[in-house]
Amino acid sequence: MSTLIALASLAVLILVLEIINLRKTIVPLTLIGLLVALGFNICDFNTIDSFYNNMIVVNKTTTQFSSLFIVLTFFIVALGQSFYKEQYDKISDYTSLKIFLLIGAYCMVAFGNMVMFFLGLEILSITLYILAGSDRTNIKSNEAGMKYFLMGSFASGFILFGIALIYGATASFDLDQIQLASSQLAMPKWFIVGFVLLLVGLLFKIAAFPFHFWAPDVYQGSPLLTTTTMSTLAKVAAVAAFYKLSLVFFPAMPANFSNLIAFLIIVTLIVGNVMALKQNNIKRLMAYSGISHAGFMLMAILLGKQAEPHLFYYMVAYAIAGIAAFSVILYVCQDKKEELVIHFRGFAKHKPVLAVTLSLALLSMAGIPILAGFFGKLFLFTQALNQGYYVMVVIAVITSIISIYYYFKVIIVMFTYKNADATTTYQKNFIYSTVAIIAIVINLIIGFCPSLIIDLF
Amino acid sequence: MAMNCILILLIYILGAGATLASNAKNAGKIALVTSLINAVIALILTADYLNGSDISFVQQWISNPNISLSFVVDGLSLTMLLLTTLLLPIIILASFNTLYSKANQLYALVLFMAFAMAGTFLAQDGLVYYICWELALLPIFFIGLLWGSDEWKVRKRVMVTFFIYTFAGSLFMLAAFAYLYTKTGSFAWTDLSKAILTTKEANYIFLAFFLAYGIKIPVFPLHTWQANTYEKSPTIGTMLLSGIMLKMGLYSILRWQMPIAGNVSENILKTVIVLCIIGIIYASLIALRSENIKRLLAYSSMAHVGLIAAGAYIGNTTGYQGAIIQMVAHGFVVVGLFYLADIIHNRYDSYLIKDMGGIRSQAPKFTTFFLIILFASIGLPGTFGFIGEFTLLFALSEKELLYAVFAGTSIILGAYYMLKMFQNAVLGSPNTKVFSEVTTKEYVVLGIICVVLIGLGIYPKLLTDLFI
Repeated sequence: MSTLIALASLAVLILVLEIINLRKTIVPLTLIGLLVALGFNICDFNTIDSFYNNMIVVNKTTTQFSSLFIVLTFFIVALGQSFYKEQYDKISDYTSLKIFLLIGAYCMVAFGNMVMFFLGLEILSITLYILAGSDRTNIKSNEAGMKYFLMGSFASGFILFGIALIYGATASFDLDQIQLASSQLAMPKWFIVGFVLLLVGLLFKIAAFPFHFWAPDVYQGSPLLTTTTMSTLAKVAAVAAFYKLSLVFFPAMPANFSNLIAFLIIVTLIVGNVMALKQNNIKRLMAYSGISHAGFMLMAILLGKQAEPHLFYYMVAYAIAGIAAFSVILYVCQDKKEELVIHFRGFAKHKPVLAVTLSLALLSMAGIPILAGFFGKLFLFTQALNQGYYVMVVIAVITSIISIYYYFKVIIVMFTYKNADATTTYQKNFIYSTVAIIAIVINLIIGFCPSLIIDLF
Repeated sequence: MAMNCILILLIYILGAGATLASNAKNAGKIALVTSLINAVIALILTADYLNGSDISFVQQWISNPNISLSFVVDGLSLTMLLLTTLLLPIIILASFNTLYSKANQLYALVLFMAFAMAGTFLAQDGLVYYICWELALLPIFFIGLLWGSDEWKVRKRVMVTFFIYTFAGSLFMLAAFAYLYTKTGSFAWTDLSKAILTTKEANYIFLAFFLAYGIKIPVFPLHTWQANTYEKSPTIGTMLLSGIMLKMGLYSILRWQMPIAGNVSENILKTVIVLCIIGIIYASLIALRSENIKRLLAYSSMAHVGLIAAGAYIGNTTGYQGAIIQMVAHGFVVVGLFYLADIIHNRYDSYLIKDMGGIRSQAPKFTTFFLIILFASIGLPGTFGFIGEFTLLFALSEKELLYAVFAGTSIILGAYYMLKMFQNAVLGSPNTKVFSEVTTKEYVVLGIICVVLIGLGIYPKLLTDLFI
């Protein structure tokens, strides 16, 4: 709870700093503030507590997931210092929006009540709508913002309607009450309908089949840093919320409900990986890659409480690799109009360290051993086999093979010297390279010692 | 104090780091020194092992799932380790014929690959083994991609095909390990080899392993990546691939596949053996028609490893021993042959057999070396190749005489296409082009290989004591 208060005050403080003309201090102070919030959060590690009539629940799971969100925000805010240098007069808006986004994400894992869940979701979504459209003079950014807003509001509508139906069935917004009611009383039909509507909204938010169509367009149109935020922070936050809801609702669903989810996972994996093959825009490529990772995370959700450490591990591995990859992409595409894969041609010649960083990040996503992504997949496969989902694992393996192709496409392009444009120069950028390297080092560390994360549970 | 096998892995990694940090001029030397140190250490380890010292390394790594960094040495591992550590200096020395750009990166990759391969041969924890197995793939991919021959586009296609092919196979192996873990709660070889599987389970696991190993070896019909990759890779890459890396597949059959999934149904086992034998004949026939010496050697190599794989799948003691002997023999032979091809390419700037000829009169020493290695390749008595091939054929005949008959054709066909190649490439009327005699460096490399092949051919007990 103290985390939430700290974050809220931080967001307000940023706006105040702008008013009292301390613009230069905004980003450093925010970073310090985030560290403080992280400290508060870690102090809560072993407490189990609830606030405001069970609106906010603090326990081990909450603190773990929210610590990840804070770390991700830390990186994203740091990247913003450099990304927004041309519109530095608006830095307070951008930074505070990101902190609000984090508050939304925090509420999405710490809720004990459906109302709080919806509030968190809306805080997260609305800030993202604004950020997506934040490059005002760019028509594509406008399009992305509009598209995301229209479709996102529909999804929110579905979720709200679902919550209403669930309330109708259980007479409560409280998660514990709902769980109690659904496990002990016979539920009317609309309880299931309510959850399915909720499911539609959640699948939209994590960009899983069949509600994934917005992702490539919105990712492509949004400013690059917003894309980074969407594909890392926003995605894992939505997955965490989904996971939390699944613990309550999955047991109350009909017996063959898990088949539906398994089907969605399989199709998500196939669609994400196959569609990524032909992309020549790196943002779209990452969007489809993100869809396939949503499939993997859904797999962990399907496996239930037992897979919680593995879900968390996968989220960390994916998000950290995402931060590393996007930092390098930011570096390369600093003054490019479009973020095409071709722009990476010969990058290894100019900046070998960063090229290796991006390669490692992509290899982690592809699941090559010793990087964190490998263990993420391994844990999931082991757990899924344990519970008897053989077909799903085989499909997941096959789609992982497919994914190698497009990740390697980018890597190979970077190491192409022959056709490289010798005149290309890359502006030095300290922040992008530092964030990229720190993120990849974290990835390597948790890849080499997965126990660091797994043993938290 | 007895040494520990982890030392070899550490030295390779440190050597890779030092090579990367050095400049292009010294990189080759540093790599050579590193590999020589490791060769010596491997020999000391062998002595320790024969004296009965414990040279294994076991350390818990991750508690849940239960994974430990266990590198255990037994006869099979040690033989493979010796093959890796002794071949590597030869391969590096052989690569000095060519001037590579960015040599420090190249040799760092080579040493890193050696690390991963040595790790594969030593690891006795399924997951650590898998990790090493995959790590060996990345460097060879980049070696082929960045230093290979031919146009970028063609090379890229070939190397990506190779990578996806092999990676695809090994992911199924990973799935098999994950399944075994759910059954036994452990990745350790000692536990996995004791796991009791029903025939149905064993079938699936056997096939999953087969996809990984069949691609790596390669066994017909999973071989389509091989000839192209061998041809487009730089010589050092080809040597690493054919000399050591494909042994990873053969070794894994003996170490993992047969002990764990030995309960597989007879029909599947028979099918796999027949596929291996088809591969032998098929590759020999293609080798007959090959006009490019590198491709010819690639197919000849495929025929030989097909025989080894068939012997390994037989599953009896003779097959086991024959496979190990022939792996070592093939490692040295194939490196020697590719080196000879590389020497010719250096002089003539061509791999096409029709461009060669008339070498004998200009370079008698070269011709002698060529002939010795060639004889070892076709398994002439007195060379090391003979012992392996004979044991393998004997193992096949123990199981089913027909296997031995068909596999035996490979010796006849092998002798035919190799001698024909020798005749066209080396003999013949003197060419107008000048073919200079072997240099000292080449003399050393070829000399060592010939000494090993003849020495072990006359006194194989030196090696076989390790695992019999």
